[in-house]
Amino acid sequence: MQKQLKNLFVNKLTVLALIIISVTGCAQLGVEPWVKPYERQNLADPIMLRARHPIALNHEAHVYEARESARGAEGTGGGGCGCN
Amino acid sequence: MVVIKSGCFLLLALLSVSLQAAILAPDRAEVLYHSYQGGGMKIDGPAVKLRKKASESVALTAFYYMDTISSASVDVLSTASEYAEERQEAQLGIEYLHNKTTMAVNFRQSDENDYLAKSVSVSVSHDTFGDLTTVNLGLSYGDDEVKRNGDENFLQQAQHYKIRAGLSQILTRNLTAQLEVEAISDSGFLNNPYRTVRFIDPDSQAGVAYQAEIYPNTRNSFTSKLSASYYLPYRAALIAHYRYFSDSWQITAQDVEVLYRHPLGEHFEFEFKARQYQQTQAEFYQDLFPYRDAQNYLARDKELSEFSDITLGIGATYLLPETYQLFDWRSEVSVQWDYIQFDYQNFRDPTAQAAVGEEPLYQFSANVLRIFASIYF
Repeated sequence: MQKQLKNLFVNKLTVLALIIISVTGCAQLGVEPWVKPYERQNLADPIMLRARHPIALNHEAHVYEARESARGAEGTGGGGCGCN
Repeated sequence: MVVIKSGCFLLLALLSVSLQAAILAPDRAEVLYHSYQGGGMKIDGPAVKLRKKASESVALTAFYYMDTISSASVDVLSTASEYAEERQEAQLGIEYLHNKTTMAVNFRQSDENDYLAKSVSVSVSHDTFGDLTTVNLGLSYGDDEVKRNGDENFLQQAQHYKIRAGLSQILTRNLTAQLEVEAISDSGFLNNPYRTVRFIDPDSQAGVAYQAEIYPNTRNSFTSKLSASYYLPYRAALIAHYRYFSDSWQITAQDVEVLYRHPLGEHFEFEFKARQYQQTQAEFYQDLFPYRDAQNYLARDKELSEFSDITLGIGATYLLPETYQLFDWRSEVSVQWDYIQFDYQNFRDPTAQAAVGEEPLYQFSANVLRIFASIYF
């Protein structure tokens, strides 16, 4: 089990390293931000947010967490139990 | 060089973004009534969430949530009788913004008469690359006390460690994507102390007997989620995600969701959602064991079985006209309804009239309702 835990975090660090290398690498290659601030009004529209209603998303995540084995990466910080 | 640049664009295209990390989110109060009904369970109650900026760089959040639970689920009916209980949860958080970096600390406590969970989490997010990219990292630690009603000598502990990272990326003026990964490590008492497994017992009149579940005392999982939001030309949004999960109990799961949100006029927004989830079983799960103590670890919790579920949801939000807004605060009222159908592939309904091990596979549907109001001030 210790080995699995170790592998888990090694995988995690590998993904993080890839992310950081890709971002910094692209910047070093001279890639410029390609969407200017004045072009982002569509992206700033609240309808674009999955968490448009944070309190409702909290409840959605809680409903699934109590009935499914998958957990994590909900974007809500997790729910409670209430599953006894 | 062109190939490398294309690779970078492609990699960035697989990564994700938060649009508001450089400014704190607006002050907001939300009040919710929630209801879940299905599979013999009824759970409902209120929730309140409050967010207030103390200054341009500090914001405080508070969250209160209550579940009132009445359960006559198939797990309960097969070995016990209907019960009712309450769960209350409270959270307090603080966020601090410095230049393009936001730091947050959150404290959470969930309290039932037989379960007390406390946790603390910290997170950091940072905008970079001309604010097209946001990187975030988070850690949390939780400590649980598990009790069993009717047994005052029963007291167990469990600990939970979580580490998560995310990357958000603006891809075009209409498209953003996000990649999230999270590793969770649990240790301690991870069972439900009330649940049992069933095994074949020729000496029993029913031909079957029950014994307590036994789970491993560690569980490690890793989850990845890729999501994207696309702004359609006529002001509507298409939001989708794919999530993949695996753990040391040999469970793998994946879910995919598509949500379409469509404003109508100045005051209405409608949304439609479809989600599909499926998982494999835990390696120590069986619906019916051949004899008592058949394995070191034993589980017949249907959440650890192989199953799938489908959710279809609709929602509507009404943005109040200015004449009805209190103190000119922007206000909304919303209602959301989800229908969820669960289909189990190796969990049989023990309450059905059939020979042991030949009962029909269990399935049920649930209706989830959320009615809430949001005020921005």
